[in-house]
Amino acid sequence: MQQTAIAEAPASNRALRDFLHGLPGVDEVGVAKRAAGLATRSVKTTAKAAAIDLAVRMVDLTTLEGADTPGKVRALAAKARRPDPADPSAPPVAAVCVYSDLVATAVQALRGSGVAVASVATAFPAGRAPLEAKLADTRRAVADGAAEIDMVIDRGAFLAGDYLKVDEEIRAVKEACGAAHLKVILETGELATLDNVRRASWLAIRAGADFIKTSTGKVSPAATPQTVLVMLQAVREHRDRTGALVGVKPAGGIRTTKDAVRNLVMVNEIAGPEWLDPALFRIGASSLLNDLLMQRTRLGTGTYPGPDYFTID
Amino acid sequence: MDGRPPAGGADAGAPRTGSPLEYAPAPESRAQVVLEPGYEPFIDGEFAPAKTGEYLTTWNPATGEPLAEVAVCGEADVDRAVAAARRAYETVWRDMPGAERGKYLFRIARIIQERSREIAVLETLDNGKPIKETRDADVPLAAAHFFYHAGWADKLAYAGLGRDPRPVGVCAQVVPWNFPLLMLAWKIAPALAAGNTAVLKPAETTPLSALLFAEICREADLPPGVVNIVTGAGETGRLLVGHPGADKVAFTGSTGVGRGIARAVAGTGKRLTLELGGKGANIVYDDAAVDQAVEGVVTGIFFNQGHVCCAGSRLLLQESIAEEFLDRLRDRVSLLRLGDPLDKNTDIGAINSAAQLERIRELAAAGEAEGAEAWTAPCALPERGNWFPPTVFTGVTQAHRIAREEIFGPVLSVLTFRTPDEAVAKANNTPYGLSAGVWTEKGSRMLWTAQRLRAGVVWSNTFNEFDPASPFGGYKESGYGREGGRHGLEAYLG
Repeated sequence: MQQTAIAEAPASNRALRDFLHGLPGVDEVGVAKRAAGLATRSVKTTAKAAAIDLAVRMVDLTTLEGADTPGKVRALAAKARRPDPADPSAPPVAAVCVYSDLVATAVQALRGSGVAVASVATAFPAGRAPLEAKLADTRRAVADGAAEIDMVIDRGAFLAGDYLKVDEEIRAVKEACGAAHLKVILETGELATLDNVRRASWLAIRAGADFIKTSTGKVSPAATPQTVLVMLQAVREHRDRTGALVGVKPAGGIRTTKDAVRNLVMVNEIAGPEWLDPALFRIGASSLLNDLLMQRTRLGTGTYPGPDYFTID
Repeated sequence: MDGRPPAGGADAGAPRTGSPLEYAPAPESRAQVVLEPGYEPFIDGEFAPAKTGEYLTTWNPATGEPLAEVAVCGEADVDRAVAAARRAYETVWRDMPGAERGKYLFRIARIIQERSREIAVLETLDNGKPIKETRDADVPLAAAHFFYHAGWADKLAYAGLGRDPRPVGVCAQVVPWNFPLLMLAWKIAPALAAGNTAVLKPAETTPLSALLFAEICREADLPPGVVNIVTGAGETGRLLVGHPGADKVAFTGSTGVGRGIARAVAGTGKRLTLELGGKGANIVYDDAAVDQAVEGVVTGIFFNQGHVCCAGSRLLLQESIAEEFLDRLRDRVSLLRLGDPLDKNTDIGAINSAAQLERIRELAAAGEAEGAEAWTAPCALPERGNWFPPTVFTGVTQAHRIAREEIFGPVLSVLTFRTPDEAVAKANNTPYGLSAGVWTEKGSRMLWTAQRLRAGVVWSNTFNEFDPASPFGGYKESGYGREGGRHGLEAYLG
């Protein structure tokens, strides 16, 4: 349904730099004000119920620890298929996101569920490895059945002004992905300014990203409302220019239903309602899911169940 | 391709419908507000019937329902109020130590905060502005004004106005309907902090929050006569500002009425400050942060339905970015939610009165008749009440009435310019001089422009930001004197 329009490879770092630095500036105070204004939107009753179910369907249920095991991944997969064992009407999540060596386990555990397997790749989270290693990482994950690849950009190269290197890496990884969708992690917490967030968003989009993603979850700040807002503006403007739709994935720091709903309000009013779809907006999270389920149960029954009524996986 | 045309194509401006996230109605409860059927003026610490026996009705502009009957004060009532203020000035307030006066102001500020939800709902009912604005702007800013001036009460010797500045006396204050409680706070807080007493007349269409404020004064145990509220229409206002017992007149409102007051006060020895109309320019250079500039332009003209004297009602766009900017502007304006002012998701509320609606319609019609092109946000208007959709006029020239006259409604006039000199010349080419906004990422151009603008407030990459510490006031026909900050105290100290 979505089609990215990969722009022609830039002729030189200079040409790419001229394009990125020619984008209109971002006023940080204005962005903060707009985000704060949208945070006052009141989403209640039927709208809240719809928002919660949508948010559940947008979750990329994630485990990215050194201590991950096949057992942990299988437990997560079970949670992804049926998030609320007590309530079969709770929809499954969008994807399970794991390290590349656990893709095969996840694929097996999710077979037939409709839940996709996403894998981080390219020397996640630092991205500090030779390109060959990053590509090998990617190819292996795809070969094992990952439908989505979450790559990290080389922030060092970006901050040093070597945009061409970042561009070439994304293009190479995109090629290695084949049919798999590519999410490009900008690690906005390391880019420091919203001007950089806008430039990195455009760089990734033009190089072939299907999604642009805020963070690895390993760096703070992660998915701040201001960052997500600027990225949503970028995909919206890209659509206005080219007609192609690129997705956005905030990850890290979205823990409560209120956070998730505020993100959906921004999607609705900044990018547009067509982005209110798991194909174009994902939320990378782990603890968020149980809060969504708890709020969902409360809306249905009128009472808050205790945390022990939801599974920890 | 999904076949969608880019912004500015066929669907630009169409409302985004069919969203999976249609906001359900989220009305603020009216339960906190208990309306009396009738209200009397607040004089010498008491609510007592006006001598005239006349009443006027205040309406909810969003529904057309009557809210309450409010007394019309006549000569005898104004006399009584001024006499009470004089007595309180001479016997209690003038000579009270500043620190003690400050305590009363702190108390008032805290009660405003405690009763904020009630005040916000009442203001929204009486005025028609969205609850999110009364809740997030009017009421917190009013409280902030009292807190700020409470702090000044015992520090007046450090205001740079002499070693022992003295109060002026009895202040006659008349405020408009666009920010009823906030304008009251702008008037009463500095007057009281400096040791003056006040007789204030709220606007005839929005008297209820001032009467609630009178109740707050009682709750704060403010000595009787320090604050008096006389209600009524233009005639009551004339009686008040013309009263020989008033030492100082402060007025916020239209330039026409302000002129009349200046004439009435001339030669009487009374001190006068006027905060009048405006036709603020928002200058957007081609190197502006476009998305935030669009946002600022929208805030500048559509905040409070454009019923803002410092509204950015003229948009001056650099020609090289005009088309793209206007596409984005229309896109953004299409998202504004117009409707029930008590709904927490409403962005645009009702026009305060039928008379104001008529004036907006008349000027909008003149804009079209003079050749400007109108674009209106595609939003449905409620059947009852006073409503005007957000409107953007393009192709406006300096000669058009909609570029020169204050519309005081949700109507933006867009003009273009080619060079910074032309931008400044056009911005200043108005009888008014209250506010301006400048949008550029280039610091030197910002300063160059701001230095040349003849406006009391110049906002840099923002608009409609208010703070009690920042002086506010105008050049030329926008009035004289400043309100807020150290400068604002000057009007209330001898």
